[in-house]
Amino acid sequence: MLSAPCCDDRRMCVCPGPRRIGIPVRTSSLPLFSDAMPAPTQLFFPLIRNCELSRIYGTACYCHHKHLCCSPTYIPQNRLRYTPHPAYATFCRPRENWWQYTQGRRYASTPQKFYLTPPQVNSILKANEYSFKVPEFDGKNVSSILGFDSNQLPANAPIEDRRSAATCLQTRGMLLGVFDGHAGCACSQAVSERLFYYIAVSLLPHETLLEIENAVESGRALLPILQWHKHPNDYFSKEASKLYFNSLRTYWQELIDLNTGESADIDVKEALINAFKRLDNDISLEAQVGDPNSFLNYLVLRVAFSGATACVAHVDGVDLHVANTGDSRAMLGVQEEDGSWSAVTLSNDHNAQNERELERLKLEHPKNEAKSVVKQDRLLGLLMPFRAFGDVKFKWSIDLQKRVIESGPDQLNDNEYTKFIPPNYHTPPYLTAEPEVTYHRLRPQDKFLVLATDGLWETMHRQDVVRIVGEYLTGMHQQQPIAVGGYKVTLGQMHGLLTERRAKMSSVFEDQNAATHLIRHAVGNNEFGAVDHERLSKMLSLPEELARMYRDDITIIVVQFNSHVVGAYQNQEQ
Amino acid sequence: MLYRLLSIVQRQRTSPGWQTWSSTRSSTSATESHSVTLPAQAYVVICGGGILGTSVAYHLSKMGWQDIVLLEQGRLAAGSTRFCAGILSTARHSSIEQKMADYSNKLYCHLEQETGIQTGYLRTGSISLAQTQDRLISLKRINSRLNVVGIPSEIISPKKVAELHPFLNVHDLVGALHVPEDAVVSSPDVALALASAASQNGVQIYDRTSVLHVLIKKGQVTGVETDKGQIECQYFVNCAGQWAYELGLSNEEPVSIPLHACEHFYLLTRPWETPLQSNTPTIVDADGRIYIRNWQGGILSGGFEKNPKPIFTEGKNQLEIQNLREDWDHFEPLLSSLLRRMPVLETLEILKLVNCPETFTPDMKCIMGESPVVQGYFVLAGMNSAGLSLGGGAGKFLAEWMVYGYPTENVWELDLQRFGALQSSRTFLRHRVMEVMPLMYDLKVPRWDFQTGRQLRTSPLYDRLDAQGARWMEKHGFERPKYFVPPNKDLLALEQSKTFYKPDWFDIVESEVKCCKEAVCVIDMSSFTKFEITSTGDQALESLQYLFSNDLDVPVGHIVHTGMLNECGGYENDCSIARLNKRSFFMISPTDQQVHCWAWLNKYMPKDSSLLLEDVTWKYTALNLIGPRAVDVLSELSYAPMTPDHFPTLFCKEMSVGYANGIRVMSMTHTGEPGFMLYIPIEYALHVYNEVMSVGQKYGIRNAGYYALRSLRIEKFFAFWGQDLNTLTTPLECGGESRVKLEKGIDFIGRNALLQQKQNGVYKRLAMFILDDHDTDLDLWPWWGEPIYRNGKYAGKTTSSAYSYTLDRHVCLGYVHNFSEDNGEEQVVTADFINRGEYEIDIAGHRFQAKAKLYPVTSFFTHKRRKDDVELSDFHGK
Repeated sequence: MLSAPCCDDRRMCVCPGPRRIGIPVRTSSLPLFSDAMPAPTQLFFPLIRNCELSRIYGTACYCHHKHLCCSPTYIPQNRLRYTPHPAYATFCRPRENWWQYTQGRRYASTPQKFYLTPPQVNSILKANEYSFKVPEFDGKNVSSILGFDSNQLPANAPIEDRRSAATCLQTRGMLLGVFDGHAGCACSQAVSERLFYYIAVSLLPHETLLEIENAVESGRALLPILQWHKHPNDYFSKEASKLYFNSLRTYWQELIDLNTGESADIDVKEALINAFKRLDNDISLEAQVGDPNSFLNYLVLRVAFSGATACVAHVDGVDLHVANTGDSRAMLGVQEEDGSWSAVTLSNDHNAQNERELERLKLEHPKNEAKSVVKQDRLLGLLMPFRAFGDVKFKWSIDLQKRVIESGPDQLNDNEYTKFIPPNYHTPPYLTAEPEVTYHRLRPQDKFLVLATDGLWETMHRQDVVRIVGEYLTGMHQQQPIAVGGYKVTLGQMHGLLTERRAKMSSVFEDQNAATHLIRHAVGNNEFGAVDHERLSKMLSLPEELARMYRDDITIIVVQFNSHVVGAYQNQEQ
Repeated sequence: MLYRLLSIVQRQRTSPGWQTWSSTRSSTSATESHSVTLPAQAYVVICGGGILGTSVAYHLSKMGWQDIVLLEQGRLAAGSTRFCAGILSTARHSSIEQKMADYSNKLYCHLEQETGIQTGYLRTGSISLAQTQDRLISLKRINSRLNVVGIPSEIISPKKVAELHPFLNVHDLVGALHVPEDAVVSSPDVALALASAASQNGVQIYDRTSVLHVLIKKGQVTGVETDKGQIECQYFVNCAGQWAYELGLSNEEPVSIPLHACEHFYLLTRPWETPLQSNTPTIVDADGRIYIRNWQGGILSGGFEKNPKPIFTEGKNQLEIQNLREDWDHFEPLLSSLLRRMPVLETLEILKLVNCPETFTPDMKCIMGESPVVQGYFVLAGMNSAGLSLGGGAGKFLAEWMVYGYPTENVWELDLQRFGALQSSRTFLRHRVMEVMPLMYDLKVPRWDFQTGRQLRTSPLYDRLDAQGARWMEKHGFERPKYFVPPNKDLLALEQSKTFYKPDWFDIVESEVKCCKEAVCVIDMSSFTKFEITSTGDQALESLQYLFSNDLDVPVGHIVHTGMLNECGGYENDCSIARLNKRSFFMISPTDQQVHCWAWLNKYMPKDSSLLLEDVTWKYTALNLIGPRAVDVLSELSYAPMTPDHFPTLFCKEMSVGYANGIRVMSMTHTGEPGFMLYIPIEYALHVYNEVMSVGQKYGIRNAGYYALRSLRIEKFFAFWGQDLNTLTTPLECGGESRVKLEKGIDFIGRNALLQQKQNGVYKRLAMFILDDHDTDLDLWPWWGEPIYRNGKYAGKTTSSAYSYTLDRHVCLGYVHNFSEDNGEEQVVTADFINRGEYEIDIAGHRFQAKAKLYPVTSFFTHKRRKDDVELSDFHGK
């Protein structure tokens, strides 16, 4: 019963399973979720025959609904989320169950079924990897960025994460972002296509905006605004480009009108915030207005009703701005003088773990809602991130929602999820796309920036992430040979150390891409922090419908900074 | 000098161990400020103050030689000797090494008593572990051989291993070899004790003195140039360890000493809280590639990894010496293996990981003996990390060699002259030692061929034969076919083909042998060493008559089998000589004789410009046509009458074969089968081969390899120089009387010894053994070195063996001794003695009944042909 919408209507984003947001699926015959519960039990029962039921629930419900809450009453196992590293704890349990299951299967019939060979593992891991190296002019790279590596590993099918990278052509700087969609990929796709244009436009000086507007007006060729760095799998929707362009044009026209002619310095922070808010507003408006083209009409509605978090970095020289909405994270890798690595977080997660966000939500809504606005660590008991694009269900008034759905296409009308109104929905909006912007001035010891969706952060500690990338980028060959010297080392300790080094060595040589290397560790790390091929192989060979139970989509961008240029900037100013 | 040396030794005694060496260093350098003047001349100069140099000095002085100078570039007992793990093990695969180790053990044991210097000698015993049945077989073979030479040893169960060593994990073992008299010793102290004893006997020792090069005049050592002046001398001994190669090449006339160093690691730990008992046995876990010994209450453990790191390829390099540091990542597999073997070590603290380069040789056997190009230039080096175990014995044998002219044991397999300049390529050595070092602990199975450094010397037919399925083995750099795999057949992969039992090529060789018996086969035997001796007058004949035991004054066109004997009547070489014309001879010897025989001839032939000796090995391709139809093939190709009347056996004619003219055709096959050897100038080789193969088709011709040849020759009781025959065996001891003409009117080398032996009788006799109750499919195959028991008593060892497809039995060759029941002394062996014995051959502890024969089996049935058979050939293995 639960599986049916999962499989048939995946694009409709109604599956309550691997989604960040959702509602319990009810059919007319089964009005209560309690009645629906046996369904997942049946689904998973044959898989985990030996486990007691509570465990099954733990597996099925918790992982399934990591980002949403179907109906809290029925899921008491959620306490796991309160542990400091919920991801780690939860990932262990279901895994065990899964292994038992596969073991049983292995003896039964198809012995090698779940084992992938190292080349197969590599081909899966490398399918989406992309590297960009900033071109050198005259043998010199004057940019503060050397290049970036990015990659993503799907857990949902299709993947709901998106990534974007582009160089601003009319202003200086480079934009990089990761977007984690929920309730489908429509919103994250739209944001990944559109957000950078909004940012670039916000950053443009008045004269350039005028120039562009004049060009469009007179049908002349448009100045290119962005140069995209895209993996072949990263697509842009052709159908909506006209619609998107029009919205964008309206935005810059307003910017032109607003500008009084004073050529004030454009504040990047402000530009980022404006761009985020404007795009979210446009998404909302487009859905309300609709489109005569039924395909487009349906698209804009899907975009508005699904959601996406965004974590975007803007790098211009030594100025690094990170704009974050939601629970993706930007982490700076800093190499200390002794060569060790430390992590500096450049963004705040907008979720229940963030006290300030809880505070903000409580302030924004009347006192009597204080208990219902965040329940079970979720917004209105449903949504994990507290800020997001789209998700009009948490932004529009009930009236507006009903109106749009009624006038909308049949697909929307039949959709249980869209029709569902969050409980305790009294004072919308509950959700905003306004980003929190962090500024950091790059120093020579800042070697790289990791932008990643929560799929990475919930499996790995930030310190490990930075260490792994740092060691990868500086190269294993620079790792000092071990010398015992005068220390007291036992043979056992030495053996452990050597085994670890060996494992690192072998995995480093396999990857040409820092993001791939990180994913390999995130998915395949054993309890010793070394990549375990067997575990990696099992995790990657999970069938589509089960993968989301064990891991989330992971999207990573690793930006490498050019310490020489950064150092030179610093010296200039001194 | 002596005083100074002893003072070093004294300091040594007060502070044994690795850590305290720096104090010694400072003391030596302090004394060094007194400038020492070297003597202007000496009789012998030994270069190298390690265990080998001091051992040679010790033995030479003991044998009464005077005027010996030992030079050491650093300080005594430094270098590899200082870092040696100190394990003395007699469990060795080759019997000469076994003897050297046994002697070393006895020497070191009483050295402390003799010199008063503590050597740290401790009889701990050693246990070699077997994780697999094949390893156990290998250990059982060693056990059999140790027992017969009086070294106590036994095969023990894993349970017994656990009793002998408290910390070992034995659950994965199938057995072990326990040698209770093996010992551990401090090798620098042994070297110092040897030096001290030598010094007392008059040897002058100078450290901090480097040999720059050796002075040579007319192929004879005349002196040594050092950084502190010249020393005139008649003998020079190169014991320079891993620098021996470079030192050898530094002379005007380079001496090539093929060896190459590899980094070698071992681990030292701090002591246990309750120190390990000092007599805990040494463990060798060859399957785990490690050795473990007790060291100052902790353990010392190293090994021979699969991926060695060769070093000093480009010679002595200060940078590389400084960079010799611990490489833990490289040691990791050995450490894993160690912790698996002794899990309790987990908590033991590391003291250090020692990196001490060891030298290895291309065939994993050490190098000793006299240079083939410079007289008086001796070498003892390349110990393959067994310097301590073999040092005492090797020093003794080399000293004997110098003093008496030959050592008391057969050391051909260690002789420098087994190598030539062709093994001296640095690339070759680097690649080969990377294969040799892991081989230290690999399973040693019969018929193993090195995989690196191959395809160096090949016949012009190599590609042609390879395309027809030839599988190759290498001798002296030359590729020789073993057998030909038919197109539809697959053999096992290299690793899987390792076996002590029936090999996978059994049926292939059988069909080749059958073809040799019934039709005709071609074997490419181009690797033979071929010399031509010509002169303007009778000088060639005269000198050959002096050098060889048989009468060479035969009519032109005849071929003579003859031994090249030493003063004791022993075989220095076994060869066939064809008289091409009155003044010119063509000599064919085994492949690995190229260097040795050349050196011998040069040494004994008069320096006469009218006498010309030429190595023509490279000029001729040799094809062996074996089988009853060989005569048909050849007569069709030459239109010359080939019948026995026109072309009797042991005859040589130059004739045309196909279009090619000037082919030397000889009516012999080295197997006892009818047929011909064709010596073809190499440019005609392909043509002649093609013609022979196409004409031979209707006679059922096919290619064959050396394995078929070997089976044929051993069943015909043809001894093989280098295995069955050596410098200590005379023609009278191996049924070669017919090749000796004592009364040819010339006092040839070795004649007196033979005369005496003829009078007194022989003390050993080569016999052929046919195994009776041996199941070819299920029993272990004989190889060589298996003990022979006569009436239940040890009587000797086999020297070679093969399966005879004619007799359907295994045939072994081996020497029978007659050890006195009372005192073990050797007594005269008569034919009667051989014939009246009941024999058994011990293969890895299992004794098989055998019949001894003094003549080939076939000769009993065909008495008439016996004389032909015996003459028909012989010497093989070339």
